[in-house]
Amino acid sequence: MPTTNPPQSAPANAYGASDLLRFSTAGSVDDGKSTLIGRLLYDAKQTFDDQVEAIERTSKARGDAYVDLALLTDGLRAEREQGITIDVAYRYFQTPRRKFILADTPGHVQYTRNMVTGASTADLALILVDARHGLMEQTRRHASLATLLGITHLVLCVNKMDLVDYQQAVFDRIVTDFQELAAKLRTTHEREIDVRTVPISALVGDNIVDRSDTMHWYQGPTLLERLETVDIARDNNLEDGRLPVQLVIRPVGSDYRGYAGVVAGGILRPGDAVTVLPSGLQSTIRTVEIGGVPIASARPPLSVTVTLADDLDISRGDLICHSASRPEPRREFDAMICWMSEAATLTPGRKLAIKHTTRNARVVVDAIMHRLDVNTLAPDPSLPALALNDIGRVRLRSSAALFPDAYKRNRATGSFILVDEATSNTVAAGMVLPNH
Amino acid sequence: MTTTATTQAAAAAPVPHLRQLEAEAIHIIREVAAESQRPVLLFSGGKDSIVMLALAAKAFAPGRIPFPAMHIDTGHNFPEVLAFRDRRVAELGVDLVVASVQASINAGRAVEETGPNPSRNRLQTVTLLDAITEHRFNAVFGGARRDEEKARAKERIFSLRDDFGQWDPKNQRPEIWNLYNARHSPGEHIRVFPLSNWTELDIWEYLDEEQLEIPALYFAHQRDVFRRDGMLYAVSPHLTQLPTEAAFGAQVRYRTVGDMTCTAAIASAAATLPAVVAEIAATRITERGETRADDRISETGMEDRKREGYF
Repeated sequence: MPTTNPPQSAPANAYGASDLLRFSTAGSVDDGKSTLIGRLLYDAKQTFDDQVEAIERTSKARGDAYVDLALLTDGLRAEREQGITIDVAYRYFQTPRRKFILADTPGHVQYTRNMVTGASTADLALILVDARHGLMEQTRRHASLATLLGITHLVLCVNKMDLVDYQQAVFDRIVTDFQELAAKLRTTHEREIDVRTVPISALVGDNIVDRSDTMHWYQGPTLLERLETVDIARDNNLEDGRLPVQLVIRPVGSDYRGYAGVVAGGILRPGDAVTVLPSGLQSTIRTVEIGGVPIASARPPLSVTVTLADDLDISRGDLICHSASRPEPRREFDAMICWMSEAATLTPGRKLAIKHTTRNARVVVDAIMHRLDVNTLAPDPSLPALALNDIGRVRLRSSAALFPDAYKRNRATGSFILVDEATSNTVAAGMVLPNH
Repeated sequence: MTTTATTQAAAAAPVPHLRQLEAEAIHIIREVAAESQRPVLLFSGGKDSIVMLALAAKAFAPGRIPFPAMHIDTGHNFPEVLAFRDRRVAELGVDLVVASVQASINAGRAVEETGPNPSRNRLQTVTLLDAITEHRFNAVFGGARRDEEKARAKERIFSLRDDFGQWDPKNQRPEIWNLYNARHSPGEHIRVFPLSNWTELDIWEYLDEEQLEIPALYFAHQRDVFRRDGMLYAVSPHLTQLPTEAAFGAQVRYRTVGDMTCTAAIASAAATLPAVVAEIAATRITERGETRADDRISETGMEDRKREGYF
């Protein structure tokens, strides 16, 4: 197909400097999460007049004393009627520095799968604590799940500071408790976790977008400034070149053969020596293209088409990887999974379909080693089954070799879903553990 | 810094947000093409579906888009948009299926609303579901965005519809990472929304950056309009003006392009894409709030229609 677009010299930086931050939050009715999000959108001037008028009408009809900014975030009829958040809702806003996608999830333990869903694509987790109550079980759960899902940036918002007379001592005590929790999580996951803390009042609007007039003892950035400046450029794996092949592009009546997919790791460039798995055949990258236009290099998460110097037999589900850093083919591996099905508990011997990158196979659950306490991530080996919302370590055996990296090394190539073939439902989210 | 180091740094630099959204949409479109037997892309000639079609073209370049496009024609569409629609699919070599609401009415499958200005907005659902069944489409790309409306904010990118085309918001599949599940039972189908994470401003910025052609009525032009419920409607055979609704000439443009009976224009002097981008960036009213009568039915108007099988 002819294209009228000018050739691009590089995939990045050609179209302005604003990048994208995806973050997640979790919370329940009382901790002010919806108010915080409403406040963030309202103060960042990301709400529209007709939206504000609509919630003013609803607030008035319900007899609220003030306009409930929380109503900006509740979408479904049942949620508006019951005043609760049931499902993951996505919110969008932007500042001149960044675009933001917020995955807003409920916080109760019965919604763990929704929290996992929201955290799976997030770069940063916003953890909300009520200044009057300090760290709750729910706080520990949110922080634990976020770090389990590979989020390395946590922003702790100590909310309702107006209800504790804006005392610095209250804030400091909660921060100390949270740093202790973060230290434990660092040890558990053997990785760096970047923790930032902000004292706020979502109701009044202190330190959300505008600096607080009352908390002069806090000199750090506001929440929005934190979100605008956190450095996530190197959170993707930029070392191990990975292109799971989504489909092969072969225009009719042409010799062209391109391998389409998302760059799942490393930086791909023309001339790179690559190996194709499972065949083990080797070649070099001839071109890297977007929309038929060659580019100089591609990094995650760009969708590209790659052509190779040699004519190889490659199909969907194969992996093109840098020859210098090939993943080990795995038929048996351990993984941490979150079980998401109401229909049945997971017990050893269960057979399920697996989707790992673009590769589909079947797995059998050989063993359930332990269940995690989702509040502490402590293993509990006494339970041989996983029920809805349980997270546990399992040993899986696959009908075909997979080429995963450990999730902690690469979220894109270390993750998978399990599907019940009888119902076609997605029943688990999985993270591949290192091969010790 | 050495040249190598500079190149390294450039390659590792953050990917601008529009390029990330583009990459995500291309991935979604390719995933459906790989895992579904009979996909179809809804194309109305409106700005969102123009972007979606352009992304599909990129996804399979230098090859052709490997599935047809479909338009649900209410019979109340703007003629210039239909002309644009036909030209665009011809340029890309894509087959176009047109499913007509009038045909559904003629066949007794749908009943025209009564009153002076019958809207065919709700009737589109009948025509859409019939066309999906007739052509045995099992994956339908729609251009809906989550920022448009509260119920849409909660819908999955791959959204399962049952035999009746219904959406069940309380029983949605978990959607984790970018590992989409396109499986479904016979009779069911999936709706796929590659633009889920785009905002209205993203769409306009992308149209501008990619220099994509759009129907002229998106730009400021002179048109005979009348005022109703605070909105400006085009004078047309499909809308009967009340005696109090006098027509007048105005410089207007459209923010959304749907049915002439429920899409209103806004007063605007924005005549180029950069001018529109600037106007959207400064606007204080959502596009559906400003120009879509179909969302004013109730707080949950969209949720109710989506449950029935609407786009």
